[in-house]
Amino acid sequence: MTRQMTGAKMVVQALIDQGVDTVFGYPGGAVLPIYDEVFQQNSIKHILVRHEQGAVHAAEGYARATGKPGVCLVTSGPGATNAVTGLTDALMDSIPIIVLTGQVPTFMIGSDAFQEADTVGITRPCTKHNWLVKETDALSGVLHEAFHVATAGRPGPVLVDIPKDVQFATGNYQTKKPSTSHYKPQIKGDMEAITELVAAIETAKRPVFYTGGGVINSGPAASQLLRELVEATGFPITSTLMGLGSYPASGDKWIGMLGMHGLYEANMVMHDCDLMINIGARFDDRITGRIDAFSPNSIKAHVDIDPSSINKVIKADIPIVGDVAHVLEDVLKVWKSRGRKTNDGAVSKWWGQINEWKTVDCLKFEQKGKTIKPQYALSRLEALTKDHDRYICTEVGQHQMWAAQYLNFEDPNRWMTSGGLGTMGYGFPASIGVQMGHPDALVINVAGEASWLMNMQELGTAMQFNLPVKQFILNNERLGMVRQWQELLHGERYSHSWSESLPDFVKLAEAFGAKGIICSDPDDLDDAILEMINYDGPVLFDCLVEKHENCFPMIPSGKAHNEMLLGEADTQGVIDAKGSVLV
Amino acid sequence: MSALKLKKGSTSHSAYNLRPTFSDVVEKHTLAVLVENEPGVLARVIGLFSGRGYNIESLTVAEVDHQGHLSRITIVTTGTPQVIEQIKAQLGRIVSVHEVHDLTVEGPSVERELAMFKVSGKGDKRVEALRLADIFRANVVDSTLETFVFEITGAPEKIDAFADLMRPLGLTQVARTGVAALPRGD
Ligand SMILES: Cc1ncc(C[n+]2csc(CCOP(=O)(O)OP(=O)(O)O)c2C)c(N)n1
Ligand SMILES: [Mg+2]
Repeated sequence: MTRQMTGAKMVVQALIDQGVDTVFGYPGGAVLPIYDEVFQQNSIKHILVRHEQGAVHAAEGYARATGKPGVCLVTSGPGATNAVTGLTDALMDSIPIIVLTGQVPTFMIGSDAFQEADTVGITRPCTKHNWLVKETDALSGVLHEAFHVATAGRPGPVLVDIPKDVQFATGNYQTKKPSTSHYKPQIKGDMEAITELVAAIETAKRPVFYTGGGVINSGPAASQLLRELVEATGFPITSTLMGLGSYPASGDKWIGMLGMHGLYEANMVMHDCDLMINIGARFDDRITGRIDAFSPNSIKAHVDIDPSSINKVIKADIPIVGDVAHVLEDVLKVWKSRGRKTNDGAVSKWWGQINEWKTVDCLKFEQKGKTIKPQYALSRLEALTKDHDRYICTEVGQHQMWAAQYLNFEDPNRWMTSGGLGTMGYGFPASIGVQMGHPDALVINVAGEASWLMNMQELGTAMQFNLPVKQFILNNERLGMVRQWQELLHGERYSHSWSESLPDFVKLAEAFGAKGIICSDPDDLDDAILEMINYDGPVLFDCLVEKHENCFPMIPSGKAHNEMLLGEADTQGVIDAKGSVLV
Repeated sequence: MSALKLKKGSTSHSAYNLRPTFSDVVEKHTLAVLVENEPGVLARVIGLFSGRGYNIESLTVAEVDHQGHLSRITIVTTGTPQVIEQIKAQLGRIVSVHEVHDLTVEGPSVERELAMFKVSGKGDKRVEALRLADIFRANVVDSTLETFVFEITGAPEKIDAFADLMRPLGLTQVARTGVAALPRGD
C-alpha cells in the first residue's frame, strides 16, 4: 500500500511500522523537518542525549538489553561525525542499530555547505551498510531495508543519510512488507558438517564449548538450546567477554570466562582440549593469545553466521556457517537420533583435571586494611544485587575485567560492555539505553573514573528522563589498565596514566540534581551500596579503591594460554620485545 | 579446492569450500564480483582491500546488466590461499555484492586486457616497432611522423611481453584497462 506524505513524516511512519518505541537523538538544522514530525506524534519516545556519541551507545545498550534494534537520529556534519565512535563500536560487537542522519539539501551536496560532511563516505567502513537517499519516493523502502540489514545475519549498525530537501518533499510511502532484498544470509547449517561435529562430540576425551556474543545475538532460543546441549553432554563451557550470560554462571558446567583476563581453568582447558566447539565467537586476539601456540592438539569446530569469521584467524576443522539457534537445534537432533553418546569415562577424567585447575582459585584476593580492594567492591556489589532484576554495563579498563570476573551472569542480554572496540565512555550512555528498555530494572554501570568522565554529560539525560541508572565508579585515580601495562611493559614509567584534577563526584552529581555517594572504608561499603540500590533516581557512587591493584589472571601479549600470570609474583620480565609491540 | 560461489551473504557457501589449506604460497586469483550498480559500491570494494591490507593487481568495473542494475567488477589479486578465501568471504559480506566468483578455481576461464602504447622514434627503430606490432597483432590507432599509438588486446602476459619489446624502441606512455575475464564453456 502506498500513501503520499513528506519525507520527514515517512521517517516517523517507518519507525512506527518497524515497531520502534524509543529514539535517541539530538536535533540540528538538517533534521529539523523530522524533529517537527517527532513533535507532532506520541507513539515514539525521543530521548534527548547530550552528545551524539551518547545517542549511539544508548541505542547499543537498548539493543543489547532488549534484543530489538536501537535507533538514533542526529543532524548532519558534526552530528554525524560524533556518531562515528558508536558506529564503529556497534560494528565490532555486531549490535543492530539504525542511525538516521540529516544531510544538506541534495542541490548543495559537494559545495562545502554549512555542516556538510561526506557522511556515507566517512561511515562506509564503520557501518554494515549505509545509504544516501536522494529521492523522497525511495526513502521508505530504504528505511525498511535498513532495519532488515541491521538485524539479518550477523547484526550491525546501518546509517541512512537524508538530505533536508528529501525530508520536505512529498512522495509515496510504502508500508513495511516482507523483505524482497537480495540480502539473505545463510541460517541453516550444513548437515554434513553438523553430523561431523556430532561424531566428534561422541568420541571427544577433552571437549570444551567456547561460546561468544553470537549466541546472544541469535536470540533467547539459542541460549536455551546451548544450555540443553551442555547439560546433556556434560561438557565444560567457557565464554568470551561478549557471551557472558548465555550459559548461567551458577551452572555446574561453567568454568568461567576465558582470554587475556579470563580464568586459569578456562584457559588451561582451551589449551589442553582435544575438541573445541566454538559457537558464535571469533577467535579474537584477546582470546587466542599467541596464535601458533593456541590449543595445539584440538579439533576445532566453528559455528558462525558470518563466513568471513571462519578461517580468518584459526583454521577450522569443522566449519559450520549458520545461525547459532538453528545449528544447535540440528546438532541436538542428530546427536539424540544417534543415541546420545559421549565418551563418559574420558570426560569424567577430564573433569577431574579441570577440578584440579580450579583449586588454584585464580580470583582469590584478600581484603585487609582500610582500603577497599576493587575485587572486594565488586564481590559486595554482586552479593547485594544478584537477586535483583539486574543489568550491568561497564566502561573500559581494569574495572571492566574485574566486573567480568566477579559478577555472575545467569541470563543473556544482561551484560553490556564494549568488547571489540574497547570504547571508554560506552558504559554510561549504554546504561541509559538499557534503562529505557527496562524501566523497572536495576541498571548498574561499573565504571572507572577516567572512562566515566568521557561521557559524563549524559547525567543530564538521566535526570531529564528520570532514569535511575547507578554509576558505580571504581575510582583508583588512575588510568588503571594503562598503568598496569606501563608497569609490566615499560619499566614502571607511568607516562600520563594518572587521573589528575578529578572532580568531587558527589558535588558533581548534586550539580545535576542526582545523588552522590562516596565510600572509602570497606566497613561502610555494604550500607553505601544498599543506599545506592534503594535510591529512586540516578546515583553517582564514588568508590575509592586501592590505586595500584593489578588485574589478574593475565595472559601477557605474545604468550600462550598455559603461560598465564596469576599474581604480582609472576610479573618480572614476562613480556619480551616481541610481545610488547602487540596491544 | 572447489569453486567458491558466494551468493548474497554467502548463501550458497558450502562448508566444503571453507577448508583451504593454510599455506604460505602466494597465488594470483581473478575474481568476478557482481554488484548492485549504485553510488559508492566501488568505494566499498576498494575500501575493503585497502582497509584490510589486501592487494589489487588490477580492477575493472562497468555496468553489465542495465535492467538488473548490476555491474561486474573484475579484480586480479594475490595472496596465500587463506588470504584469498578471506577476500572472497569479506566481499561476500558487502551488502551490495550479489555474487563472488573465483575464476581461477572455478574451471577454465579467458582473460583479456586492452592496452595502448605510445612509441616515439625515427628510422630503424620506428620500422622495428611496426614490425613487432604486426607480429603481436597490435593496431596502429594514431600516428605522427615521430610517434605511433598502438592498440593491443590479449592476456596480460602478452601485453607485458609487448611492452618489454617496445621499451628499447622508444616507449613513452602506456594506458592499460586491467583484466576482464569470463569462465569458458557453460
Ligand atoms: C576512548 C578510549 N581512549 C583510550 C583508551 C585506552 N585505555 C584503555 S583502558 C584505559 C584506562 C581507563 O581508566 P579508567 O576508566 O579509570 O579504568 P581503570 O582501568 O582505572 O579501571 C585507557 C586510557 C580506550 N580504551 N578508549
Ligand atoms: Mg581508573
